Amino acid sequence: MKKIYLDNSATTSMNNEVKNEMDKCISKVYGNPGSFHREGLIAKNAVADSRERVSKIIGSKSSEIVFTSGGTESINLAIKGRAFAMQGKKKHIITSTIEHPAVLETCRYLEKKGFEVSYISPDKDGLIDVNEVEKSIREDTFLVSIIYANNEIGVIQDINKLSKICNAKNITFHTDACQAAGYLDIDVKNLGVDMMTLNGSKIYGPKGVGLLYVKTGTLIEPLFHGGGQEMNKRAGTENVPGIMGFAKALEIVVDEREIEVERLTILRDKLIEGIIKKIPKTKLNGHAKKRLPNNVNVSFLDVEGEAILLYLDSKGVYASSGSACTSSTLDPSHVILAMGIPYEYAHGSIRFSLGKDTTAEDIDYVLEILPEIVENLRNISPFNVDEKKLEVKNE
Amino acid sequence: MSKSLKVLKDKSCSEISDKGDGFSHDGNSWFYTDKVKEHFFHPVNIFRTTEEAKEFEKIADGVGMVGSPACGDGMKMFIMVDQKNDRLKEVKWQTYGCGTAIASTSAFSVMLTKKGGMKIDDALKITPKEIADYIGGIPPRKFHCSVLADKAFREAVNDYFRKTGQLERIKGEKVEVIDNVLKITTADIEHAVLEGAVDFEAVQRKTKVGIHDKNCIPKVKELIEKYKEKYYGDE
Repeated sequence: MKKIYLDNSATTSMNNEVKNEMDKCISKVYGNPGSFHREGLIAKNAVADSRERVSKIIGSKSSEIVFTSGGTESINLAIKGRAFAMQGKKKHIITSTIEHPAVLETCRYLEKKGFEVSYISPDKDGLIDVNEVEKSIREDTFLVSIIYANNEIGVIQDINKLSKICNAKNITFHTDACQAAGYLDIDVKNLGVDMMTLNGSKIYGPKGVGLLYVKTGTLIEPLFHGGGQEMNKRAGTENVPGIMGFAKALEIVVDEREIEVERLTILRDKLIEGIIKKIPKTKLNGHAKKRLPNNVNVSFLDVEGEAILLYLDSKGVYASSGSACTSSTLDPSHVILAMGIPYEYAHGSIRFSLGKDTTAEDIDYVLEILPEIVENLRNISPFNVDEKKLEVKNE
Repeated sequence: MSKSLKVLKDKSCSEISDKGDGFSHDGNSWFYTDKVKEHFFHPVNIFRTTEEAKEFEKIADGVGMVGSPACGDGMKMFIMVDQKNDRLKEVKWQTYGCGTAIASTSAFSVMLTKKGGMKIDDALKITPKEIADYIGGIPPRKFHCSVLADKAFREAVNDYFRKTGQLERIKGEKVEVIDNVLKITTADIEHAVLEGAVDFEAVQRKTKVGIHDKNCIPKVKELIEKYKEKYYGDE
């Protein structure tokens, strides 16, 4: 059976070169980087070398890189770590309603602890209005956290403008760049960010490893206390093979970025255009151009997303849905709803996220099977929603 | 090859199963059993086109519909009744729903019509849990999807009773206001439990029950236990 993996925003497969690098490391480097002997030194050098390579890619000092267990931990460290450092001084955070749950849930947790959070909604295309962020800034605002490129709809925010506003008012700016890493500029100087989250599992690297860039002078409280690793910002013996694999993976995606962006943009647009043309009552979610080259997120009226996923799965196509039935809360995607898109569309949303192995033939195959799947499900549906009567509310 | 190495090799990643029931990160069963999938991919008693459904609606003895496109699920059921014997001759359906809704409704329609059709009174006694058991179980968190079929069926039967003048047989759901401030009803609590809120805190998060009307809290807790028992049994 065919196997077409179009869920690269959930996680990517591992690049063979990365695997080889990690295999080498696992069999040769086993010491604890904190040990005072030759094996320890080898491990310490391995981590230092990775830190150096990663810092070169993002344009930072190596002392500004904190290796973590992945995107969620980096985000927690950035937001909670910064909040705890500011406790008793300032208490206001600004973020958006289309963040990854790692940001939203961390902010909700901090609200319970006495912090105050403003959540900015995007427009109907998923774009955050920079002016609105600026208007929300208060005397006691100390942190703004906005996702660089959204994980569900792939919409890219103007990080540079956002960081400029924050820098001018001495507010720390953090961005979650997990989805952006393979496709966009992640140079921290160009972006002007104070903190940035990256992880390995979205860039053909290992799962369970990520980093937080913390600009010198940005104070954060550690979340893990122990042996003082990672410049006292994250205790715990380093995940040496993971860190080495992560550095290698980041080097490869950045190296191949330009070619991949060009190649995937063509495939993305082919898929979007094909779906809209072949299947009636369909809508693209998120801005058509200001989106990641690998993200296609479309809604089909009168069909439920999970049912589409099951059919796709049976034909060897793996995607994901913002349908209520595939979420653990049984609520449809908060990102799609935040754009003011009606529930009728949210329940029938499907995300195809392309990757390095996606070919034009794969896209052709999806375009060949998808219309029939949607048609079959519409045939057994008692509804026939008039799309002209559905309004997108955020203007 | 040494023994320990062989064991390792046997358990390599390539041997990880892609079959059957799985569990999501929150520990709840997530993927469907092969039995559910079979009903999903090959549903029975459905219409092949919307025109076919429209034609059938004209001749059906009873039609019932619940849900809406905004809710994310909807179900329409059509019944034909052998009036002399008070048995179900045909049960057809349409659904806008997920895998569970489609599979459980398909299975339910088979249960109702096999062996010459069920007596209406017996059919009304079937619980959502029995439907779930019939298809080998469904993930607990998807339970509310399977209840749609049951509700639409009851609506269809009531419609039949109305059309044939058997008004005394119509059973409405007894809905009672529990929270007098927010006018939250027993049906709202039932709905919340079906959506997986199985303790008071979770039900309150979903419905806001008991925030202003604190007197209703003990009664709500009782109801939650009742609906838990009804839908989830001893699990």
